[in-house]
Amino acid sequence: MSSAHHDDSLTRTHAAHGEPLVWLSAMGLALGMLMVVGLLGVIVSHGIPVFWPSPVLEVTLKPGAKNPVPGGGNTLTGTLVQQRSKRAPVLDADGHRQADQTEYQLFVGNKDAYGVNFAFVDGADVEKIEEPKDIYVIERMEYGIAFGFPERITLADGRTVAASDPGFADALAEFVAEASRRRNEIGTIEKRDIGRINASLNNLKLKGRGSEESKIEIAALDERYNKLAAEARALRAVQQSATLTYKVPNGKERSLAAGDIIGYYQANRLGFFQKAGLFLHNIWSFLSQDPREANTEGGVFPAIFGTFVMTMLMSIAVMPFGVIAAIYLREYAKQGFFVRAVRIAVNNLAGVPSIVFGVFGLGFFVYFVGGSVDQLLFSDYLPTPTFGTGGILWAALTLALMTVPVVIVATEEAVAAVPRGMKEGSLACGASKWQTIQRIVLPASLPGILTGLVLAMARGAGEVAPLMLVGVVKLAPSLPIDGEFPFLHLERKFMHLGFHIYDLGFQSPDSEAAKPMVFATTLLLIILVVLLNLTAILIRERLRKKYSTGAF
Amino acid sequence: MNEPAPGKPDYIKIQDFSFHYGSKQALFDIRMDIPEREVTAFIGPSGCGKSTLLRNLNRMNDLIEDTRSEGDIFVNGQSIYDPHIEVISLRKRIGMVFQKSNPFPKSIYENIVYPLRVAGQNSRAVLDETVERSLKGAALWDEAKDRLHESALSMSGGQMQRLCIARAIANRPEILLMDEPCSALDPIATVKVEELIHELKKEFTIVIVTHNMQQATRCSDKTGFFYLGKLIEFSDTQKIFSNPAKKQTEDYITGRFG
Repeated sequence: MSSAHHDDSLTRTHAAHGEPLVWLSAMGLALGMLMVVGLLGVIVSHGIPVFWPSPVLEVTLKPGAKNPVPGGGNTLTGTLVQQRSKRAPVLDADGHRQADQTEYQLFVGNKDAYGVNFAFVDGADVEKIEEPKDIYVIERMEYGIAFGFPERITLADGRTVAASDPGFADALAEFVAEASRRRNEIGTIEKRDIGRINASLNNLKLKGRGSEESKIEIAALDERYNKLAAEARALRAVQQSATLTYKVPNGKERSLAAGDIIGYYQANRLGFFQKAGLFLHNIWSFLSQDPREANTEGGVFPAIFGTFVMTMLMSIAVMPFGVIAAIYLREYAKQGFFVRAVRIAVNNLAGVPSIVFGVFGLGFFVYFVGGSVDQLLFSDYLPTPTFGTGGILWAALTLALMTVPVVIVATEEAVAAVPRGMKEGSLACGASKWQTIQRIVLPASLPGILTGLVLAMARGAGEVAPLMLVGVVKLAPSLPIDGEFPFLHLERKFMHLGFHIYDLGFQSPDSEAAKPMVFATTLLLIILVVLLNLTAILIRERLRKKYSTGAF
Repeated sequence: MNEPAPGKPDYIKIQDFSFHYGSKQALFDIRMDIPEREVTAFIGPSGCGKSTLLRNLNRMNDLIEDTRSEGDIFVNGQSIYDPHIEVISLRKRIGMVFQKSNPFPKSIYENIVYPLRVAGQNSRAVLDETVERSLKGAALWDEAKDRLHESALSMSGGQMQRLCIARAIANRPEILLMDEPCSALDPIATVKVEELIHELKKEFTIVIVTHNMQQATRCSDKTGFFYLGKLIEFSDTQKIFSNPAKKQTEDYITGRFG
């Protein structure tokens, strides 16, 4: 190489190397990363603190403050929701804008006493902020959180324990524990025992058709029902007659039935480890409990369970369907115009807006198929529809239809990637085409197929719009799988995390109060989808190691 | 045209065989008789049709769409293009080793018994016996006997190719087709495979396609030279390489064209 040529190459411009394009693509990536990180950051930063117990503040206002104080007086008690700066609305005498003001938003709770959950305070009006040591945070079945100072508890037998009593703390703990024990008992009686009696009664009324035997049996069941109902009523009476009396921060005394208390803690006396324990407890309650108060309180267990069962049903439907279709397209169909057209149609199907699938599912699965199933098998129950209304089966099938292109495309690619030599080797051994597919092609393309399936699952788990038409509900009375025969209830309506978020954020009576739940649920849904994807990656890597075809 | 060696009957008879890929004709009126239990080598420059002919012997070219053949090929007196013949049972009688070794992503054991498994043979004793016989036949037994249940993909390139030979002979075929079996192997592995070919010809009729003329001289009994889809010359290997009858053959083996 001559030296002249060498010099020449040194003087080339950046443009000649295409470096601006490298920067441009790096910028594109950086922007994309920024958006993903930003999205996750917002959700995590709003979702996690929901479970962390925050201190309760007592804000004393200066005399003459403008903002109304819930319940009257000049102090506000609650947790800080946000602190923001507010542009001063007026100009001073010189025409200068005044300095920005601080504004606090407090969650004051006690909705039953105040009528509102939130209060706004101008920073300028604040005289002092304290953390009262003795304040209790009480979680209730209704009206959300209460902040207050306990006065006494009144037991069902009329005995009272005053807050000044040295044994009060233990008595309160016992009081709440007993209330929750009674609540569980009532739940067992009403949900399980009475539920079973009701199911048997329904059966008898439909099948017995008024025969003597069925009348006797019905009478026996009625008697048992009455006994159980009386038991439940007695327990409920105790729940109501035992009360906790407390003073809300503005001085009024209120009493709370034992049955309405879920838990309590002294927010400002908690140490770090107690807070951490409470944090974990709150997360567990969120994951394991039923929702309360129009979904804005309590947990999301039915939604998690519904999402899980629906996604599993969808996978069971979509997997064989998609894999068989892809194998036919790739291995058997004569490649030509028609197959090309089918392939394009399948790819386009993946781009159809999901609500269109919802409409199709409603028209075809729910009304046509479900209606026909009702006519044939459940005519006894008509006009109440069994399968002729939205349900978890129809939702799963609708989503299966929506995600089948993903599985088909992934499977086709995986099948096409199986080396030709391997297929020929199998055929040369005297294997038939089907044997080759079954023993060589399918195992070798399994990683790709599973990747497709999990992508489909992730999409199905996060979908909302079509589900609203084919069976998702705000609050399902029972889970799609339970202890009652036939255990898996395909016709039942179900709850779903995606729909839950929509419902919390836009359909709840107090969307401000539901905001933390929206973020927590969103975080949960994202974690679920990430977990699904991680599983896919792990499975794929494992299988790829096993079936890798690096011959040389 | 060419007399087979005495005492070795013709086993594969190719009669005026032509083959087309779509509109392109790849083979022109091939006529040759391949004797039993000898090694027949096909040589010729790339694209001359030697692999195409080899792949027609077990109808591997059926897999390619839009192909057409004329003439006929007989194996042991039976036409393999007879519409009544079942391709699968034909392929069971003809083992094939490919240019690029193609072990299945299964254990060594499962690779070898694959031809038996697809034929419905699941008796443990038969399978075990086959694995030992085939691996010994492919001179791989000593290296593989302690790792039969490890993945075949963990073997070296030369071992994989011998594994493919073991698989090809597992079901005791009558014919063994080898499509450039050593082209991707190092010299030591090549020597091993060539020694193996010598051993195997006692039992099988072997047809081997090769680019390597030394290899053809070393291990074949007869050699056919192909050029542009035509069989130019077919004779005893010794004669082809020492005293070719055609000018084109001489030019090719002396490296004067290509």
